[in-house]
Amino acid sequence: MTFDSFLQNLANGISLGSLYALIAIGYTMVYGILRLINFAHGDLVMLGSYFAFYGVSMFFLPWWAAFIFAIAVTAGVGVVMEKVAYRPLREFPRINLFTAAVAVSFLLENLAIVIFGGRPKAFSRPPFLDKMLNIGSITFVSYTPIIIGVSLVLFVGLILIINHTKAGTAMRALSKDIETTGLMGVNTNKIIMFAFLLGSCLAAVGGILWAIKFPQINPLMGVMPGLKAFVAAVLGGIGNVGGAMIGGLLLGIVEIMLVAFFPSLSGYRDAFSFSILILLLLFRPTGIMGEVQPEKV
Amino acid sequence: MKMKRNTILTIIALLVIIVLLFLAEKSLNPYYKRILNLCAIYSIFSVTFNLIFGYTGQFSLGHAGFAAIGAYIAALLTLSPAQKAVNFFLKPIISPLANVEFPFLFALIVGGLLTAVLSMLIAWPALRLRGDYLAIATLGFSEIIRSLMVNMQSLTNGALGLKGIPGYTNLFWSWGCLAVCIFIIKRLVDSSYGRAISAVRDDEVAAEALGVNLFKHKMMAFGVSSFFVGVAGGLMANLISTIDPKVFLFTLTYQIVGVTVMGGMGSLTGSVISASLYTIFLEALRPLESQFTIGSLTVPGIPGMRMVIFSVLLLMVILFSRKGLMGNTEFSWDGLFRLFNRLRSKKGEGSTGGDES
Repeated sequence: MTFDSFLQNLANGISLGSLYALIAIGYTMVYGILRLINFAHGDLVMLGSYFAFYGVSMFFLPWWAAFIFAIAVTAGVGVVMEKVAYRPLREFPRINLFTAAVAVSFLLENLAIVIFGGRPKAFSRPPFLDKMLNIGSITFVSYTPIIIGVSLVLFVGLILIINHTKAGTAMRALSKDIETTGLMGVNTNKIIMFAFLLGSCLAAVGGILWAIKFPQINPLMGVMPGLKAFVAAVLGGIGNVGGAMIGGLLLGIVEIMLVAFFPSLSGYRDAFSFSILILLLLFRPTGIMGEVQPEKV
Repeated sequence: MKMKRNTILTIIALLVIIVLLFLAEKSLNPYYKRILNLCAIYSIFSVTFNLIFGYTGQFSLGHAGFAAIGAYIAALLTLSPAQKAVNFFLKPIISPLANVEFPFLFALIVGGLLTAVLSMLIAWPALRLRGDYLAIATLGFSEIIRSLMVNMQSLTNGALGLKGIPGYTNLFWSWGCLAVCIFIIKRLVDSSYGRAISAVRDDEVAAEALGVNLFKHKMMAFGVSSFFVGVAGGLMANLISTIDPKVFLFTLTYQIVGVTVMGGMGSLTGSVISASLYTIFLEALRPLESQFTIGSLTVPGIPGMRMVIFSVLLLMVILFSRKGLMGNTEFSWDGLFRLFNRLRSKKGEGSTGGDES
């Protein structure tokens, strides 16, 4: 493998990785606060791409308006999902919450099949994302740097929100202890809703970018990216936003490199990601950035 | 006196069920038989998940993968050599398997045992993890198993799957296996081992301090549970007679979790009731997804509608009844009589209906 093709694969890996990271952040924020593996999160990715698709093809919006429309509607779905399905269950045993997430996931997938139809649809990229770029001797499609750039901006923005705003501080407090934070005068319901809102927006962006990168959308398209992003969230240390970014990038790069270096193993790509996950869990159960929690008696 | 009444009732109920199964096997059409078979198979899945999570408290999401192992082993052992040659046209099957054909019982037992062994190999490292991390690791293993099945062309025929598996599964096989499974699991949870695994569920640290060997008990629950998951996988392969890796996606595990929670964590009868209701319900809604006519109006089928209704129902059950249909109580004759008496006395007072949970 030449150095050029290595760079090309690296760019590819980073763009895939940033998509994983965008989705993983939603998982990790919700888990950090509610200790809930929100399996319906992957389906928000699917919704994001479908809403963008319909914004362009049905309402004839320009692409940027369609994208904003898609992000807003998906965020709305995320907030409703929290309010209807998860909020009433917060005091219940955790398996109920988990099952509710499974039910919501089935519901979104099958509603999508009912409403949008089960057949895959072709997502058309905005023209400026379809050009071939040459930098030195490396060639890539123009969406690759855009995906990386957009994700980078969002990461920075999110970190600023979490570390330097009131809501962000409240979110960090909630992930330590919901009850105490509530007693300190924080409106917990509002902050949890805010976390879902942020997570769903990022999932929608992830979905749109995913559809730009792999321009064929179908109602089950969110399942695999969702699961992979979840793996990324665990790799980075679930509950830790910075960890989710690192985990996502790592997973994307490793996956692409595996296929690039060992093409004969490309069928085992998914198995490989999960093997990394399991190995990491065995040796460092809390992930790369996760805090080790002492066992309490 | 009471004991005697209950024993007699149980024997009568069992006889009635056996007669009903016999009649069903003889006279029902294949479609209804298939549904009843699926009821039993899903019940086994649900009961075994209950053992591992409801009783032992180990959140394992590996069911789909374990069922896949059992299904493929049973399928490969029962397929005739001629059918194997037809199936494996891309790459020939590895030699010792090519020319063998075994009876169904043997295939089921081998499938179950190998599933148990493999799952325990997986559990060996994974059981060090707790709670959600165990769930993630087992989910990962389940997907790895599926991925291997897609790729090991000469053993599993890859994504093409296996076709023409002889349909040995009938109502006696499936409900018989369910009966054996419930009997063994019930005996297990009522034994001293069962008390120990419940202790592990409620508080691992306290249980360990009281001298319960955590690892041994978790492994045992895991092994028993996956043995029957493997058997159920084998039954399923011989029922639907065509399997491919897509059947065993992790959504199968989610369905099992949903069904079990709906039935009630820690209630074997709840699992059976819930799994049977789920299977029958999904089949009953099937017409929604195919074209039907009302008068002169032709309504096109709505694919996906069944699962929409199911997921809304599942959500309702979880939102409005914290413990599922049966909570953690089992069906019992005493309970049934109490319910009768309550209903009767309520009727006497003039109110309608009774709250059964």
